[in-house]
Amino acid sequence: MNASQERPVRNEPVRWLDRPENVRKIYYAIWVLCALLLGLELLIEKHVETAAEHWFGFHGFFSLLACVVLVLAAKLLRRVVSRPEDYYDDC
Amino acid sequence: MTIAELTPGLALALGSLLVPLLRGRVRSFFLIALPVLGLAHLSVLSPGEHGVVSFLGQRLVTLRVDSWSMVFSWIFMVAALISSIYSLHVRTPLQATAGMAYAGSAIGAVFAGDLMTLFLCWELTAVTSVLLVWAGSGKNAYRAGMRYLIVQIASGMLLFFGALIQLNATGSLAFGHIGLDAPGGWLIFIAFGIKCAFPLLHTWLPDAYPEASEVGAVFLSAFTTKLAVYALARGFAGTDLLIPIGVAMAVFPIFFAVIENDLRRVLAYSLNNQLGFMVVGIGIGTEMALNGTAAHAVTHILYKSLLFMSMGAVLYRVGTVKASELGGLYKSMPVTTVFCIFGAASISGLPLFCGFVSKSMIMSAAGQGGYVLAWGSLMFAAACMFHPDIRVPFSTFFAKDSGKRCEEAPINMLVAMGISAILCVGIGVAPAYLYALLPYSVAYQPYSASHVLAQMQLLVFSGLVFAVLVRNRAYLPDLRAINLDVDWLWRRLGAGFSRVALIVWRSAAASVGDVLSANFNSAASLITRHRLPDGLLIRSWPTGSMSLWVMLMLFGYLLLYYVGV
Repeated sequence: MNASQERPVRNEPVRWLDRPENVRKIYYAIWVLCALLLGLELLIEKHVETAAEHWFGFHGFFSLLACVVLVLAAKLLRRVVSRPEDYYDDC
Repeated sequence: MTIAELTPGLALALGSLLVPLLRGRVRSFFLIALPVLGLAHLSVLSPGEHGVVSFLGQRLVTLRVDSWSMVFSWIFMVAALISSIYSLHVRTPLQATAGMAYAGSAIGAVFAGDLMTLFLCWELTAVTSVLLVWAGSGKNAYRAGMRYLIVQIASGMLLFFGALIQLNATGSLAFGHIGLDAPGGWLIFIAFGIKCAFPLLHTWLPDAYPEASEVGAVFLSAFTTKLAVYALARGFAGTDLLIPIGVAMAVFPIFFAVIENDLRRVLAYSLNNQLGFMVVGIGIGTEMALNGTAAHAVTHILYKSLLFMSMGAVLYRVGTVKASELGGLYKSMPVTTVFCIFGAASISGLPLFCGFVSKSMIMSAAGQGGYVLAWGSLMFAAACMFHPDIRVPFSTFFAKDSGKRCEEAPINMLVAMGISAILCVGIGVAPAYLYALLPYSVAYQPYSASHVLAQMQLLVFSGLVFAVLVRNRAYLPDLRAINLDVDWLWRRLGAGFSRVALIVWRSAAASVGDVLSANFNSAASLITRHRLPDGLLIRSWPTGSMSLWVMLMLFGYLLLYYVGV
């Protein structure tokens, strides 16, 4: 998505994804898709297994929250468990 | 005994022995023909117990054909075919031989109707598959292989003792539903649990698989753990304990997967996460949940081997699968890129791909069964797992341009990946073909508008978090580092402890030796002193002293006589 602007290999044709404006298009497309998916929820009838799923946008917002928790927790976890690559070399 | 009486695993295992004798195109042809004939063999099997042999008075069933064994043997045989095609570029015969024998023993285990046959095949999968780990390069592969072998053999030993306890208590070795309360039940449960990578027993998986050769990891990803899932489903369906175990398996590996730099290790952690879904299904134990487990095992083998194949192709061409060193490879390997995205889409459960039609069965079974906590945790896992799943293709083929340029994967790899990718989409689009294979009759419709929308929301919002953080450079960076797992306890703490213990032992042994040798010397000199020419026992004594001693002795005798002893 965020393909770097300077190209490491010269004399190559510039590809679609090499252009930052195209990467931006993809990025905003994801936002639009999210909005569409929330909008669609108003149009279709929900058949769900649990009570919480009746809330508007439950799956989307659940996912949003879950992933924020994931990234924050993973940052903490990395502080605890990350070691240099040769950590196990001598044992 | 006709061909229909022999377990299809045997042909693969015996056939593998011929592989080293063949060369070039003949070997390639043979490696494709073997699993293709195996598929034909599966299609002529009739339900029932075949291949019954009597061994030490026990009835061993080597070929039990029913809906459970058929669904797993079909997918194992397909996986053997795909992996076999994927291995054709390798000139040395070791990996193909080990791989075929490994696949054969896994299929043999699936058809085993008794615990002794299961045990034999169980151990065979261990010793054949470790060769695939050792086919990886360097001392890390060797050491990881040793750890893998120890754990796998330990699992086999537990199974063996559990089987003996069952035999002793019931007089039967039959492999049916076992349950935790059965004699030997716990031993067998832990044996299966080790192979299934239960929490805390899981480290062999992310330890060994990423060290295997590019071909080895593809074979490995298909058989061992899914054999354990099969065995658990047979022996422990409906065991409540499996639900929290499965939830832990589904949740915890995600955190390790997002921070891991070795992308095949990311895949190993996500494999563990997917096993969690299957284990929850077994724990719930309803027909729908068990169907979900069987279906998910099938689709999982397809997309997981596809992902391992794509990363294997990158490893083969670039020489590394570390996220920190890759990026922009879509320019060099466009076809592999597409296949990898297919694999990632399938594992994430994107509608129209195979993961969606199987994972959702387990989720629905959890929701409908009232297991709210398990359902919520699996939902969390499904949302979060999208991150490592997209990280694999993103870091490898897109992200920053690493400047690495290479050839596209060899043609045999592309064909193998193509078959997997077609099956992933095929099952996703037409799940009825998969559902027809499942152990119980299915009345499940994955493609309702509500369900598709829910799944799309889950994934796209997860993707949104990923995209926003990556764009703002706030996502977890790909760092050149490793991450500790619980195997630190024995790889570092245990190793340190044993080193200290060794030093203590050596110094203790030395000081004990000093004391002993000092005492020994004085004892020896005492003994010699008395045996020298003028020593107490050797020198000549006057007769008078002798009669004095005799008199003393007689006096003592008289005394005792009077005392009345």
